[in-house]
Amino acid sequence: MGSDSNNIIDAYTSGEYKYGFHTDIETEYAPIGLNEDTVRYISAQKNEPAFLLEYRLKAYRHWLTMKMPTWPHLEIPPIDYQGIIYYAAPKKKKELSSLDEVDPELLETFNKLGISLEEQKKLSGVAVDAVIDSVSVKTTFSETLAKHGIIFCSFSEAVKNHPDLVKQYMGSVVPYTDNFFAALNSAVFSDGSFCFIPKGVRCPVELSTYFRINAANTGQFERTLILAEEGSYVSYMEGCTAPQRDKNQLHAAVVEIVAMKDAQVKYSTVQNWYPGDKNGKGGIYNFVTKRGICKGSNSKISWTQVETGSAITWKYPSCILLGDNSVGEFYSVAVTNNYQQADTGTKMLHLGRNTKSTIISKGISAGRSNNSYRGLVRISKNAVNSRNYSQCDSLLLGDKCGAHTFPYIQTENKSSIVEHEATTSKISEDQLFYCQQRGIDTESAVGLIVNGYAKEVLKQLPMEFAVEAQKLLSISLEGSVG
Amino acid sequence: MLLKITNLHASIKGKEILKGINLVVNKGEVHAIMGPNGTGKSTLASVIAGRDVFDVTEGEVLYNAKNLLTLSVEERAREGIFLGFQYPVEIPGVSITNFMRTAVNEIRKYRGLDPMGAGEFLKMMEEKKKLVEITSNLTNRSVNEGFSGGEKKRNEIFQMAMLEPTLAILDETDSGLDIDALRVVANGVNKLRTSENGFVVITHYQRLLDYIIPDFVHVLFEGRIVKSGGKELAMELEEKGYDWIKQQL
Ligand SMILES: Nc1ncnc2c1ncn2[C@@H]1O[C@H](COP(=O)(O)OP(=O)(O)OP(=O)(O)O)[C@@H](O)[C@H]1O
Ligand SMILES: [Mg+2]
Repeated sequence: MGSDSNNIIDAYTSGEYKYGFHTDIETEYAPIGLNEDTVRYISAQKNEPAFLLEYRLKAYRHWLTMKMPTWPHLEIPPIDYQGIIYYAAPKKKKELSSLDEVDPELLETFNKLGISLEEQKKLSGVAVDAVIDSVSVKTTFSETLAKHGIIFCSFSEAVKNHPDLVKQYMGSVVPYTDNFFAALNSAVFSDGSFCFIPKGVRCPVELSTYFRINAANTGQFERTLILAEEGSYVSYMEGCTAPQRDKNQLHAAVVEIVAMKDAQVKYSTVQNWYPGDKNGKGGIYNFVTKRGICKGSNSKISWTQVETGSAITWKYPSCILLGDNSVGEFYSVAVTNNYQQADTGTKMLHLGRNTKSTIISKGISAGRSNNSYRGLVRISKNAVNSRNYSQCDSLLLGDKCGAHTFPYIQTENKSSIVEHEATTSKISEDQLFYCQQRGIDTESAVGLIVNGYAKEVLKQLPMEFAVEAQKLLSISLEGSVG
Repeated sequence: MLLKITNLHASIKGKEILKGINLVVNKGEVHAIMGPNGTGKSTLASVIAGRDVFDVTEGEVLYNAKNLLTLSVEERAREGIFLGFQYPVEIPGVSITNFMRTAVNEIRKYRGLDPMGAGEFLKMMEEKKKLVEITSNLTNRSVNEGFSGGEKKRNEIFQMAMLEPTLAILDETDSGLDIDALRVVANGVNKLRTSENGFVVITHYQRLLDYIIPDFVHVLFEGRIVKSGGKELAMELEEKGYDWIKQQL
């Protein structure tokens, strides 16, 4: 990680942060429910060009013909798509005057995560006195990027300022016909991120939605597009470890990545949406379509995810390995506790010659939760000399939870090698006793053992993310043993 | 008095293993416990450490005049009890450094101290590594994962050195060690020995007791301590075997 980035993060995290850099916009909602008028309303609110409205409408019409997938190993309660408000104009959050007004449970979690007081205030919506003007931080950040010709902005801004790129690439990796939730997102997406790395540029900072203007208002139908031109490199971080609550239960995001010749994109996610209470009440439904295409030869896309939140997770970050010698990677830790359900994994589609993919999946189930790995490795006829290595491990805490593995392997040529390994294990009483005998209590011991178990994945995360993710894993499993 | 065990009975799954143990360990003393396989030596160690698969059905254990039996495993550890395991457990992905840092800081927290800073901690690690003559990068590796038998035992002594216990119970730490390692382990123990702490050393071999000179030797047989004596008892045992004990009963 470059020193630019360190400077910015220092400035950002050591200083105080002025909350609320949105101008005060009056809140406007779309009428409840979904029809063509809703789609037109959203597009009009955002002053979108005709091509985008057209795209949304096509997606909407297609969505009408589709049904929710029934193949995941999930029990999804019926969702009333006509009972949802699909668009609310950016709204200034209610500011609280001090941390005393914040939910104490939330504060406790912040403390355990080691999030600074100022940061806590920001995350929970408390007004903070300005010492360092947030605008100046953002400006430093933007200047660093601009110097390299990197574009990093909200999706809406990209539509305004770079419509050609949006038009060319949006839907090129995840077409709206792809699946039910992708179609829904394509019809009603509110905002998201856009990122363009020019030819030969190595992005000197970790791009994080944290720094992005208007990041607070991405909404429930988020749309992200990352374009990495020839020979470029970018590391992109999404999400944060602090527990995120949202009154919207349904989330359906789409992320598309395009990597040209010799380009590398590293995409890291920490997902910690509200998982519901101990009895399985409430919680976010997270239905995400993430896919990248290694378009040029020698390109590489790596997905790393730490999934601890949401009541239901349905998510398969995938790679289309089109370019010869291209590489796809998927590193995942998925934790489910209490009544959480996760069906997550990846698809590696080998199309080019000498393409390589690696899948490391670590599922951790506790409580009465259900955790499934679902993966597809397809090696097409032309993808000669290709390789895949998959390792899918499940760790069970307790005996009321479930872990399942659904690996699908299709190989259409003889010169390629596909390897799949799977293990299921438990935290043994011996391991716990050993830790306890060294003075470590059960909860810390579980945290330690689970972090050790997930190490291969965690070490793929950018440093500052990894430390927080480690704490998060321990916290997510509190009370699951003993 | 550091440890006082009176008429201790313990069973597992309804089967009685310890059948009335009496033992007193004073500060500054080293006690050796010997005895045939399966007589309850490790069980005694586990019960002192608080492992809950064993049910204590009768008797009393006092540690520093406190009732030990009401404390949890980790509380006992934080009170200064250390168990060197006969079969150390593997914890994949957790480095010894991280493991020890967690342990040291949990114990410090219990004692009302601030966590040890990274620099100070690493310095302490280096010192203790020297004490048990660990020169390799063993401490960067995952706890016991892929360790040889001897490395596992050396690691136990290293951890003991790090945690500076008041009462250390070493369960066959000498088994599987080559002569050099045996000397290293014994030296480690001798250097840690003070007038303030006590050791209970479980072993099958008189050989270890040439290096760690015990104040008392006990013979554990079928759940009871049937004979106690000075270090010459170990010699006698080595010479005459356990049949000699059986005949005396
Ligand atoms: N978890 C357990 N479940 C059932 N029986 C057990 C368990 N642990 C110990 N035992 C039994 O308790 C008895 C005493 O075992 P223990 O391990 O204390 O012997 P030991 O004296 O340490 O033997 P060794 O010299 O072989 O190490 C044995 O019969 C053993 O099988
Ligand atoms: Mg034993």
